[in-house]
Amino acid sequence: MVSLGDYLMVSGLLFAIGFAGVMLRRNIIIIFMCLELMLNAANLSLVAFSRFRAEAGVPDYNAQVFVFFIITVAAAEVAVGLAIIVALYRARQTTHVEDITSLKF
Amino acid sequence: MPAFLFWFFAILMLAFGAAVVVNRNPVASALSLVVSFLGLAALFMSLDAYFIGIIQILVYAGAVMVLFLFIIMLLDLRAEKLRKINWPASAGGIAVALALAVQICYVVGNFRFARHPFPPLARSTIDDVHNVGSLLFENYNLPFQIIGVLVLVATIGVVVLSKRELK
Repeated sequence: MVSLGDYLMVSGLLFAIGFAGVMLRRNIIIIFMCLELMLNAANLSLVAFSRFRAEAGVPDYNAQVFVFFIITVAAAEVAVGLAIIVALYRARQTTHVEDITSLKF
Repeated sequence: MPAFLFWFFAILMLAFGAAVVVNRNPVASALSLVVSFLGLAALFMSLDAYFIGIIQILVYAGAVMVLFLFIIMLLDLRAEKLRKINWPASAGGIAVALALAVQICYVVGNFRFARHPFPPLARSTIDDVHNVGSLLFENYNLPFQIIGVLVLVATIGVVVLSKRELK
């Protein structure tokens, strides 16, 4: 029988994979994809709690509305972020984060 | 959903999520991300959140992935050349990620409700599009409109950023 803990465990592992990607990879597009993985890991635990807190046979839909908002904001974020990456590539001809150090102290 | 299907989709999602991190070729990473999100959508549907699952497929596997692939093709990114790996930084990154995973597993393992079964639903099929929609337009009307403004701002911002010279 699959329980709430299994979903939370899978969600936590997905978050850790995304986090490892952000820490390890140096290509800014891959870092961006790993950020998406982390956002979606959070969504999975929200939906699991929504199902777990079902009252009178109806899931708690507040969490699902929250997930809907997160997906919308994430989509807007991807569009803006990729536009910034294109502008950056036009200026510097690179997507490698170690080549972009103008703001480094 | 039977337990073996849950584990099948969970392992599919985690394996292709790891492939996103491991692949050197950005196109292969993007395609692994699609498979990972399809597994995640299946998990949403196993939690009876059909609306969220379908939105996940439409928005991520459809729109976001096309955007990623489009940018990768536009910038003509090849597989990365092997650079000198900064071993202390990489080891630190892996250590921090592993510590995070271990800590999450520990917290979930000690969570009081972790082994409780999910409560049964009233009917086998639920009209969750209707329920999410009415909650969205009644209780969350103002946030919904703010999100609309946010998407508009993002659209204008992308157009401004994509102009040839920034002034």
